[in-house]
Amino acid sequence: MSRFGTLPRRLIHLVIILFGITLVTFFLLRLIPGDPALAILGSSYTHARATAIDASLGLNKPIWTQYGLFMDHLFHGNLGYSYFYSESATTVISQHLAPTVFLVIYSAVLAAAISLPLGFISGVRRGGVVDQSTRVFFTISFAMPAFWLGIIMLLVFSVHLNVFPLSGFGAGIIGHLHSLFLPALTIALGFSTVLIRSLRAATISTLQAEFIDTARMKGIAYPTVLRRHVFRVAVLAVVAVYGVNLAYLISGTVLVENVFSLPGLGQLLVNSVSNRDYPVVQAVALLFAVLIVLINLLTDITQASLDPRVGQEIGE
Amino acid sequence: MTAGERDTALLSVRDLRTYLATRHGVVRAVDGVSLEVREAEVLGVVGESGCGKTVTCRTIMGLMPRKGTYSSGEVIYHPRGEANLLTVSQKELQRLRGSQLAMIFQDPMTALNPVRTVGDQLIEAVTAHARMSREEAHGRAISLLVRVGIPAPDQRMKDYPFQFSGGMLQRALIAIALASEPKLLLADEPTTSLDVIIQDQILSLLLELQRDTGMSMILVSHDLAVITEVCDRIVVMYGGQIVEEGDTATIISEPRHPYTRALLEALPQGGERGQLRSIPGAPPSLIDAPPGCRFAPRCPLATDECSSWATELLDTDGPGHRVRCWRHQEVRGSATWQASDSA
Amino acid sequence: MTSQRFAGGSGGSSPRASWTLHPSEALLKVAERTAKRSRSTGRRRMVLIIGLAMLGIAILAIVGAPLLAGVSPIKIDVLHPLSPPGTGGHLLGTDQFGRDVLARILYGGRIDLAIAFGATSVTLVFGTIVGLVAGYFGGWVDNLLMRIVDLFFAFPFLVLIIAIIAMLGPSIFNMFVAIWITSWVSYARIMRAQTIVAKKQQYVLAARALGYSRMRVMFRHIMPNTVSAVIVFSMVDAIGNIILAASLGFLGLGAQPPSPEWGTMISDGQNYILSSWWIATLPGLAIVFVGVAFSLIGDGLADILRPGDR
Repeated sequence: MSRFGTLPRRLIHLVIILFGITLVTFFLLRLIPGDPALAILGSSYTHARATAIDASLGLNKPIWTQYGLFMDHLFHGNLGYSYFYSESATTVISQHLAPTVFLVIYSAVLAAAISLPLGFISGVRRGGVVDQSTRVFFTISFAMPAFWLGIIMLLVFSVHLNVFPLSGFGAGIIGHLHSLFLPALTIALGFSTVLIRSLRAATISTLQAEFIDTARMKGIAYPTVLRRHVFRVAVLAVVAVYGVNLAYLISGTVLVENVFSLPGLGQLLVNSVSNRDYPVVQAVALLFAVLIVLINLLTDITQASLDPRVGQEIGE
Repeated sequence: MTAGERDTALLSVRDLRTYLATRHGVVRAVDGVSLEVREAEVLGVVGESGCGKTVTCRTIMGLMPRKGTYSSGEVIYHPRGEANLLTVSQKELQRLRGSQLAMIFQDPMTALNPVRTVGDQLIEAVTAHARMSREEAHGRAISLLVRVGIPAPDQRMKDYPFQFSGGMLQRALIAIALASEPKLLLADEPTTSLDVIIQDQILSLLLELQRDTGMSMILVSHDLAVITEVCDRIVVMYGGQIVEEGDTATIISEPRHPYTRALLEALPQGGERGQLRSIPGAPPSLIDAPPGCRFAPRCPLATDECSSWATELLDTDGPGHRVRCWRHQEVRGSATWQASDSA
Repeated sequence: MTSQRFAGGSGGSSPRASWTLHPSEALLKVAERTAKRSRSTGRRRMVLIIGLAMLGIAILAIVGAPLLAGVSPIKIDVLHPLSPPGTGGHLLGTDQFGRDVLARILYGGRIDLAIAFGATSVTLVFGTIVGLVAGYFGGWVDNLLMRIVDLFFAFPFLVLIIAIIAMLGPSIFNMFVAIWITSWVSYARIMRAQTIVAKKQQYVLAARALGYSRMRVMFRHIMPNTVSAVIVFSMVDAIGNIILAASLGFLGLGAQPPSPEWGTMISDGQNYILSSWWIATLPGLAIVFVGVAFSLIGDGLADILRPGDR
């Protein structure tokens, strides 16, 4: 019995979800009340251009043909055409991809660095100083909108203290790390609230498990027990939560990029909305969704490799 | 074995009390327990659920939760300079655990880390008190698995706990407990969650190991049949206190406490078809324990005096046979004795 | 031969860090002290009360906006733009158009609180029912419903909502619609998990054995017993929705000018952050205040509904 016994099943599940995503994004564009071509072109409406749009989107054909056209374009890497930038959506997106990806990874790492120690210590020394102060701090920060927190951070660290740059992506890896620190931290703080709470609860319940008594009974040092047994098992509960909340994290990039003026996908999305560049909106939404599906898959694989019991599941 | 050889005390528990501070009040889980385990001896502790036998063992090992647990008394471990286990430093306790005292628990399925291999956890026990190379440790682990009767040990080392059956897992736990060659093994209901045939196997294994290594054992169970099979001496607990103690033969043939008597009568008699006898009533609440004998509400011999008698263990004519009942003379050989039948 | 008298601490090395050995006589008293302390439910209730009080203050202030503010939130005063707090009768200053910030915060709160209550309650009800049905009936019903739920979960909420609003057009009502479309899924998932566990319980089996209709069992038996998890989550969701509304306002996709709304105010204030910090900062504090209130209520409820150890 392979450890990844249910992987084929999950892959099929994945494919179904991906199809579903394409369906939803496809219908997004059809939500526009009225004539999409008019909405897209706005003031640059000419009959010729409208006809071109109708042709490429197949707006006059039955809905299934339209979907077929959409999927056909997708498989050829054609995500649509940006009327604002006058380039293919794919090109526009690839130009904005790097900052967002960097930001997501950076925030994920920061969030782990903050939550794992704080959550674990809060659980081990329940009711202690770390636990109480962490809880107070994160209850307050949880209620802070990410964009507002970002503004405050900017105000304090960039304007008054001048430690970090006000905006932009920076140059080179170090430059990126420097420029993106505040935005990544902003996202990470929001993310950490849930992680800390989960790890704390998991730690507390793991501490009461009988195998901890067996470990202590062997006569190994308590810190070793904490590390090899308590943490090792408690952290599994967090992996699942981590993956789920990554979606939340990605939403955070949209706002944070705006506040910190980062030329990433989030900013592209928002700008495209105001520019009525609907195909780009659609393409970015699709891309985000695929990204999340991939992250969930990654989470599942991580869980399976860390916890031998997971691969054995037959049902949900 | 002569009395002289078996006279050296290994562990002496004196007036042990463990009180738990809970939301509902103070639970007097262990309320003045004194016992002694001698070298190479198997001591049985028997009683219903909630009588304090598990808490006693955990207090001895220092495995009670820090918060809300209050203990007093002495737990003297003689080989290490009469150290009182309740007051030794964490470091010393850590040194003693595994190498001198070990414990196995009731449910083998939850007693092992589910995400690490059994082999890993066994090696962890083997190397806890001895430095050795990885190959040596592996070899030691394999020989331990063989000793406890687990077939195909090389393969099983790489398996995870959920891949073992209950009986096999309990054997592995015994191997883990014995890894550093302790002098005293506390076994808390080691067979309760196993089916009957496996129970016998595990008990035989424990007995065999005990005979081979000369270690002492405290065997805790609510099943008197299990206890009498394996133990040299028996301690009967009720309501957080010891109500009778003595060697097995005497206890079986001449129980002096009404509760012990009732326990014996409740054992199904092989070969006969009769009514199942049980003890009416429920175990006493350990919060706000009333003065006087705690068994009185359920005791067929109880009188008004019993509820106000400040109980203590009284000597009887048997050597080392003591009982917490002032009417113990009447318990023995009482022809009119009858435990009533209830559903 | 009788029990020895206690000789505390003799023969031992330094006491354990986490243990204090007490003489037997004092043991009971010491234990009682701790037991009494853990019995007090005061602390738990306190959290809930503080949360409710905070929320109450917020609601009162917002509902009583006309009385408290005294000024219209959209009245432009070209003569006094960007006044710091406390000047010229404006307790919290004015924004770039000379509009009173306090008034805008109080009136703006109406929109955000409306979202917190209006959007959350609808998604709560709808999602709970879906989850209940899916969990109870199982089979293809469950499969179908959960696939739809999974689909929605595949999208980052904000992105999906932005996309929906992009298509429908930004307005307060469309914010509600967008949230209604997307947020019910969390409730469905939670309720389904709870229902699956619940339907195996004794009381459900008993109810079915008594011949109660499935509808009745679902709504009169299972739901009351499992709804606590959903209620606690709804507090978290309320915070999320307020922040969501503010975020959309911030991005210009929610409330449109000149309607005051906390998010739009922060967005406006962003440009003046260097000189007039109060325009962007104060509305954020309002959000935090209300958010913390919901948090405390959620924590308090969680403690009461599931009395574990905190």
